[in-house]
Amino acid sequence: MTTPPASTSRAEELGAAETPFQQVWRSLRKDRLAMAGLYVLLGLIALALVGKLLTEWWVVFDPATVRLPDKLRPPMSHASAALAADQVPPFGTYFFGTDELGRNVFARMLQGSFVSLSVGIVAVSISLSVGILIGGLAGFYGKRKFGFVSVDALLMRVTDVALCFPTFFLILTVVALLPPSIYNIMIVIGMTSWMGTARFVRAEFLSLRERDFVTAAQALGLPEWRIIFRHMVPNAMAPVLVSATIDVAYAILTESALSFLGFGVRPPFATWGNILADGRGYIFDAPWLFAIPGTAILLVVLAFNLVGEGLRDAMNPRLRKRAS
Amino acid sequence: MANGAEAAIPPLLRIRDLRVEFETDAGSVPAVRGVDLDVHAGETVALVGESGCGKSVTALAVMRLMTGRVASGSIHFEGKDLASLAEPEMRRVRGAQIGMIFQEPMTSLNPVFKIGRQIEEVLVLHQKLSGAAARTQALDLLTRVGIPSPEQRAEQYPHELSGGMKQRVLIAIAIACKPKLLIADEPTTALDVTIQAQIMALLKSLKDELNMAVLLITHDLGVVAHFAERVDVMYAGKLVEHGSVRDIFKRPAHPYTRALLGALPDPLKPAKRLEAIPGRVPSPAMLPPGCAFCARCKHAFEPCQAEQPPLLPITAPHVAACWLHDPKRATTSV
Repeated sequence: MTTPPASTSRAEELGAAETPFQQVWRSLRKDRLAMAGLYVLLGLIALALVGKLLTEWWVVFDPATVRLPDKLRPPMSHASAALAADQVPPFGTYFFGTDELGRNVFARMLQGSFVSLSVGIVAVSISLSVGILIGGLAGFYGKRKFGFVSVDALLMRVTDVALCFPTFFLILTVVALLPPSIYNIMIVIGMTSWMGTARFVRAEFLSLRERDFVTAAQALGLPEWRIIFRHMVPNAMAPVLVSATIDVAYAILTESALSFLGFGVRPPFATWGNILADGRGYIFDAPWLFAIPGTAILLVVLAFNLVGEGLRDAMNPRLRKRAS
Repeated sequence: MANGAEAAIPPLLRIRDLRVEFETDAGSVPAVRGVDLDVHAGETVALVGESGCGKSVTALAVMRLMTGRVASGSIHFEGKDLASLAEPEMRRVRGAQIGMIFQEPMTSLNPVFKIGRQIEEVLVLHQKLSGAAARTQALDLLTRVGIPSPEQRAEQYPHELSGGMKQRVLIAIAIACKPKLLIADEPTTALDVTIQAQIMALLKSLKDELNMAVLLITHDLGVVAHFAERVDVMYAGKLVEHGSVRDIFKRPAHPYTRALLGALPDPLKPAKRLEAIPGRVPSPAMLPPGCAFCARCKHAFEPCQAEQPPLLPITAPHVAACWLHDPKRATTSV
């Protein structure tokens, strides 16, 4: 092998490489509200995982334990001496009080945090998959004819039709027909919230499709599915991730609303929505029963929105401040 | 095309009567109107012409990557007709047997992947290499195209590289599977003059090393003179002249080729004013019935308006599509 005659100029030094992820992170770190939201979310994820373990495996945290002598105790009150040993809450204290059946609200909130978070994340994963698939196909194969309509027109009109349904009532109808299960709720929320993602991805693909690197990838003989999902989708992810973050908040809110209305997770199993629903009969006697789950929902939805807004600013190169 | 140079070995790439049309609201517009082109194994053929004359469309038609439609004609590559090949087989030709370099190195690499991975991808795809073997080969390719410290470079993103560097990476990707034919679509247009010379020198050395044929598409006649063996000049979707580099530069026969050469600065005669070609390339939607160049041609006479000239022999294999070279029509030799 011969040495190439020409070598590149020394003008470009091998600087410390900064990946696109690092650039976004550097910018995001300056956004205090977004960072506050991110800390809340990280705390919540930790809490949800720990809570899942504690409520499943440690009997004193069992959220379903009924203690009739200790019903409607206010937060931070102590357990009465009349309880059996396996009914005494940890440290003998009800941190968040008890409900009308004497169930420990702290344990129920822990269990509910896992439900809320997993519904949010799984539902949004489903909606992202469907949205990227439909938006990607519409954007990439847009001009191709399918019968007398183009693929783009067909898929986007389907999206428009899906957008026309009043989503919440559609979810209510479907959930009323299906057996109440957390998985059905995840799927239903996911399948009714992909339209925004599909539109974002299609819009990005329409411009990406004309970019030279896509033609270059085709000139290398890469199969089309690989060009779509390995080359174009990562380039279209910035606006999708932002909207996905905010969609998680929406999904958590929807699940809470469903559980509040009694269409959600089956009652002995606690979610923030059904804790709130149980508490609404005791607003004046036991205000902690609605205040605690209500505040939790508010905080989490706010945190997801703040992180989403922060990500949008951090990923927008025009708004991004350069490192000084 | 009767260029007489056809040896017993059939050419690597043989394009016959290629017509490409674009569908518009106003009907179909011809961008390429019956082009014949041969590229033999190991040789460099330059396709020259102004912007919009159809040279890039011809190249993309070979790869079957354009939005237009091949209306008629054949593109034979090693005996296979690429115009009628099934798409999966076409994908095995692209990248593996025909490599392509594009005009814009700045935008032809995927911005979200490290460059090492982009080279490895094509190796894994066509040569079925494992990850580690592909990485070794990618580093070797980066060294070959003259990129210093390939290990670090492979870990960088395209935005961290200069234009010349990116073009080198694109060349590395194009030659990764040792293609028999490399199509270089204006490979130096977007680069600095000093980098242009480096890139062309690199292409030349790689061509000799790998014994590739190169179809060089350019409007830079200086590049053509140094690099190509044969030249095809295109104007408004048709070939107007074909010949060896020597023929084209010493004895240009078509007025358009002469005008192109006249528009080129001559370092030995610095005082001379450069001659611009008056007028513009006619729109492909409104082509005149006769020679497409006649409105801009100093030598136009009656038949030029009425009838399209065929490729007329000058001295084989040199041909030009101009009525001036028809002994029956031309009154004066030019």
